[in-house]
Amino acid sequence: MSPQVSYAYYPGCSLHASSADYDASVVAVSRVLGIELAEVPDWTCCGSTPAHNIDSRLSAALCARNLVQVRKMGRDQVTSPCPSCVANLRTADMKMAHKDFAESTNRLLDEPYSGGVTAKSFLQIVYEDIGPQALKELVRKPLAGLKVAAYYGCLTTRPTHVMAFDSEENPVSMDKLLEACGAKPLEFSFKTECCGASMAVPKKEAATTLSGKILELAELIGAEAVVVACPLCQMNLDLRRGQIAAATGQYSPLPVFYFTQLIGLALGLSKEELGIAKLCVSPAKALEKMAAKTPPPEQPERPAKEI
Amino acid sequence: MRIGVFVCHCGSNIAAKVDVAEVAKAALNFPDVVFATHEVYTCSEPGQRGIQQAITEQDLDGVVVASCSPRMHENTFRKTVARAGLNPYMMEMANIREHVSWIGQDIEKNTRKAIDLVRIAAAKLVRDQPLLRKSFAVTRRVMVIGGGVAGIQAALDCADAGLEVILVERESTIGGVMAKLDKTFPTIDCSTCVLGPKMVEVAQHPQITLVPYAEVESVSGYVGNFKVEVKRKASYVDFSKCTGCGLCVEKCPSRKSPDKFNEQLGYARAINIPFPQAIPKVAVINRDTCIHFTKGKCGNCEKVCPAGAVDYAMVDRMETFEVGAVVAATGYSLFDITQYEEYGAGRYPDVITSLQYERMLNASGPTQGHVGRPSDGREPKTVVFVSCVGSRDVAKDRPYCSNFCCMYLAKQSILTKDHIPDSKSYVFYIDIRAPKKGYEEFVRRAQEEYGVSYIRGRVAKVYPKGDKLVVRAADTLMGTQVEVEADLVVLAAGVQAATGAPKLAEKLRISYDHYGFFMESHPKLRPIETNTAGVFLAGVCQGPKDIPESVAQGSAAAAKALVLLSKDKLETDPQVSWVNQKRCVGCMKCVQVCPFQAIQEVTLKNGEKKAEVIETVCQGCGICGVACPQSAIGLEHSKDEQILAEVEALCRSWTVASCE
Repeated sequence: MSPQVSYAYYPGCSLHASSADYDASVVAVSRVLGIELAEVPDWTCCGSTPAHNIDSRLSAALCARNLVQVRKMGRDQVTSPCPSCVANLRTADMKMAHKDFAESTNRLLDEPYSGGVTAKSFLQIVYEDIGPQALKELVRKPLAGLKVAAYYGCLTTRPTHVMAFDSEENPVSMDKLLEACGAKPLEFSFKTECCGASMAVPKKEAATTLSGKILELAELIGAEAVVVACPLCQMNLDLRRGQIAAATGQYSPLPVFYFTQLIGLALGLSKEELGIAKLCVSPAKALEKMAAKTPPPEQPERPAKEI
Repeated sequence: MRIGVFVCHCGSNIAAKVDVAEVAKAALNFPDVVFATHEVYTCSEPGQRGIQQAITEQDLDGVVVASCSPRMHENTFRKTVARAGLNPYMMEMANIREHVSWIGQDIEKNTRKAIDLVRIAAAKLVRDQPLLRKSFAVTRRVMVIGGGVAGIQAALDCADAGLEVILVERESTIGGVMAKLDKTFPTIDCSTCVLGPKMVEVAQHPQITLVPYAEVESVSGYVGNFKVEVKRKASYVDFSKCTGCGLCVEKCPSRKSPDKFNEQLGYARAINIPFPQAIPKVAVINRDTCIHFTKGKCGNCEKVCPAGAVDYAMVDRMETFEVGAVVAATGYSLFDITQYEEYGAGRYPDVITSLQYERMLNASGPTQGHVGRPSDGREPKTVVFVSCVGSRDVAKDRPYCSNFCCMYLAKQSILTKDHIPDSKSYVFYIDIRAPKKGYEEFVRRAQEEYGVSYIRGRVAKVYPKGDKLVVRAADTLMGTQVEVEADLVVLAAGVQAATGAPKLAEKLRISYDHYGFFMESHPKLRPIETNTAGVFLAGVCQGPKDIPESVAQGSAAAAKALVLLSKDKLETDPQVSWVNQKRCVGCMKCVQVCPFQAIQEVTLKNGEKKAEVIETVCQGCGICGVACPQSAIGLEHSKDEQILAEVEALCRSWTVASCE
C-alpha cells in the first residue's frame, strides 16, 4: 500500500531499548497500513518523568530541541508510540507559546523553537487517520474473538487539556481498533488506572500493588490478554510479573501485548516481525487458543461474560 | 432654572473614597446651581426631608442627587421631589458610588470624576422637561407556566384571591418532580399525600383553567396586557372526553415505550397515563412507539375506548391567552450522570440517579416500592450514595450547589433501612449542607439512629467486581483511601435548568444566567421580579431550592401578581420614544427593529404613511431612534439635546482642565 499518512517518527528511548518489540511492531504495522514514518534525525531523550519533576524549563528545553529537529525536516507533525514522550512534547509545545517561558527556555538551546509542531501518539494516528473501518478491510487473520482488556494507562488520554484525545475516564479508541481486528474487547473499568509507572524504580511496592490490581481485574472479567499502548505500562505489567506475584501472592498468566502486535497479527504479519518472542509472559496459550478457532467472524461467538 | 445638588456619603461607601464636601462646593459653580450640600445618607428619612425642605426654601425647580446607581434609588428620589411639588422627572442622579468610590482608590482622582458626573447631571437637568404618566387598563388574569409545586401554589393563591388563572403544563399531568417523590424530608411524610390534594384543588378551582400538554410558543404585549400564544401539543386523545379509565393502556400492545415518569426504570405502553393520581388523569399517545403511527396497523386503543376519546388525526393547536401577568415556574432537569465516566453510569445498570431510586422506593413506582437492582432485581444489602454528581464541580461547569441533595440523601438512606432492615448505607459527601429548620437533626438521625456511615470525600471511581460495584474514594478525615463493595450505587444528580429554559426566557424577554436559570431583578431586594415588568419567578427555574422554599416563592409570586393587578389601571413610564412625523419618511425601519412591537404604521389624512409609537407598549429602549435614517425618532428624557448637553459639559470641563 502506498503511504497516505506521513509523520515524523520520534521513537523515544524505551523503543530503542527495553521495548524494541513495540518499535518493531509499530514499524511493521505502519508499512501495511500505509503510514510513512520518517525518523527524526539526531533525536534525544524527552527528559521523561525525572526532567519535568525537577525543572519544567529543562524538560521543555529537551523536548523543544526535538521539536526543532522536526521543524528542520520541514514537517509539522510528529508521532511517538510512547504516551509519556507525547505528553512531554505536547506540554513543551503548549508552554513555549508563552513568550516569557519561551525566551528563557530558548536561551538553553542552540536553535530556538518557535512553535508549530503537533505531537500525537501512534494510537491516535491509527485511530484517527486510518480508523477502525479501514483497518477492518485490511485484516487478513482476524483475532478470532480473543477476549482482551484494553489498558490505556494514565497518559494516553490525560491530562485532557494536553492530550486532547479520546475520553479521559473511559477511552474507547484501542477497543474499537482491536474489535476491528476481530478481537472481543471487554468492559474493563481499570483502563486508565495507574500501573505505578516510574515509581517502580524508587518504590517497587507501589508499582507491584497497582499493576497487580490491574491484572487481577482483567483476569476477573475473563480477559485472555491485556493490551497496552505504553512501553512503561507494558514493562510493569509484563517484566515485573514475578515481582507482582511475590507481592500479591498470585501469579497471573495473562500476556501483555502492545496493541500494534495484535493489529500486526491480524494484518497477517509474522510473530518475528512483531517481536512477539520478546514478551516475558508467554502469549503462547492465548495465541494457540486463537489459532484453534477458525477465523470466519460470521460464526456466532459464545458471548463473553458480561460484567 | 434653580438647581439644588445633594451629595451623599453613603456612610463611608462614598465618603471614604470621595471628598464629598469638595464635590458639593464645586457644584455651586455650575450654571443654574443655586444650592449644594452633602448628607450622610441621602436616602434616609431625614435625608429625603432635607431635599424636600431645600426645594421649598430655596425655590428649586430641579434636583441632582449624587449617590448610588439609579437602579437602586432613582424611584426613591423621584418620589421625594414629587412630594415637594416638583415633576418627578426633574431629578437627575450622578452615580458616584458604583462608578467612582467602589472602583477607584485615589481620592483626588475620584473627587474629580465625581465633580464631572455632577456637572453632567446638572447640564442635563437644565434641558429636562416635566413628563406626565398616562394610564391604561389591565387584564386581570394571570398565566402560570409550569405545574410543579411552585406553579401550583402560585396558581391557587392567585385564584383564591379572585384572579383568573391559566396554568400551562408541558407534560400531560401537573405535579412536577414532587409528584415523583416517595417521601419528603425532614418529616418523611408521603409526597403525593401532601401534593395530591393541591393538584385536585387546581382541577376543581373555578378560577383556574388548566392547559396540560402545552407549551408557550410566543409572548407579545407588555405588563398588564400580555398576549401569550400557547401550543396545545397533539396527544391523540381528546382530554375533554378521556375519563382516565386506563382500558387503552391495558390493551396497548406496544410495551417498549420509554417511561419518562418513572425515570426510564422499565417501560411504559405507547398510550400511557403517567401515574394513578395524575391531574388531569388522561392518556397520551407516544407517536414514536405507537404501532398505529409507526407501522400503520393496530388501533386497539381507539377500538376499546368507551368514551371515543382517541383521535389519531389530532394535530398541534395554537391558542392565544390575554393575561396581565406571567409567573414562570418551569422547574428543573437533572444533570446527565453519564458525563462522569469514572462512575460508569449508563454502562453499569446498578449505578442509578437519586430520582430513579426515589421511584424505586415509591409504592406506586415501577417496582411497587420494592428496592431491587436494575441488573438482576436482587435486593441490595449495601447501598452507596454519592453526593455532588454534577454539583460543586468546576470541571463539569457546575460550580454551584444543588441545594437539597444532602437532605434527600439522608432521607433515602433512612428509607433504605426501613425497606431493607439488614442493609447498610454509606453516604460520600464533600460537606453536609443542612441549614434549615429540623434539617441538621434529620441528618444526625440518619447517622445515629439508622447507622448510616457518612464518609467525607469525593468518590474517585466505581467499578464492577463480580456482581458487586466497588466504590473507591478518599476519606479526607482519615487521610486514607477507602473502598466499599456495594450492591447499588445512587448518584445525587445535580440540578440544572429545565430543558428549553433559555428559549422560554427569550420569549418572555427575561434574563437567564450562564446555567440557564432565570435572573431575578435584584438578588436581595427583588428576588421574585424579573427585569420585565409583569413577569415573576417561582421555584427552581430561578435557582436550586427545596419544596418549602419553592412553595414560599410560589406564594410570593402570586402576591406580586396580585399587587400588580389590584388596580384597574396601570401608569405608563413616560420615558418612551416619539416620532416627529414631519421628518418621518415612512420607511418603517423602526417597526422592523422594535423588539416590543411598539411601533405601528398609520396613514395620515393626505394618504402619507408614518410611524407611530404606542406609548403603553414602548419600553424606552431607544433602538428605533438609532435605526431611523431621518433622525425622526426621539426618546423622552434621553433626547439628543439632553445627551449633547451632557457631552458638552464634560468636554468643556476637560478643555478647561487641560488649559490649566
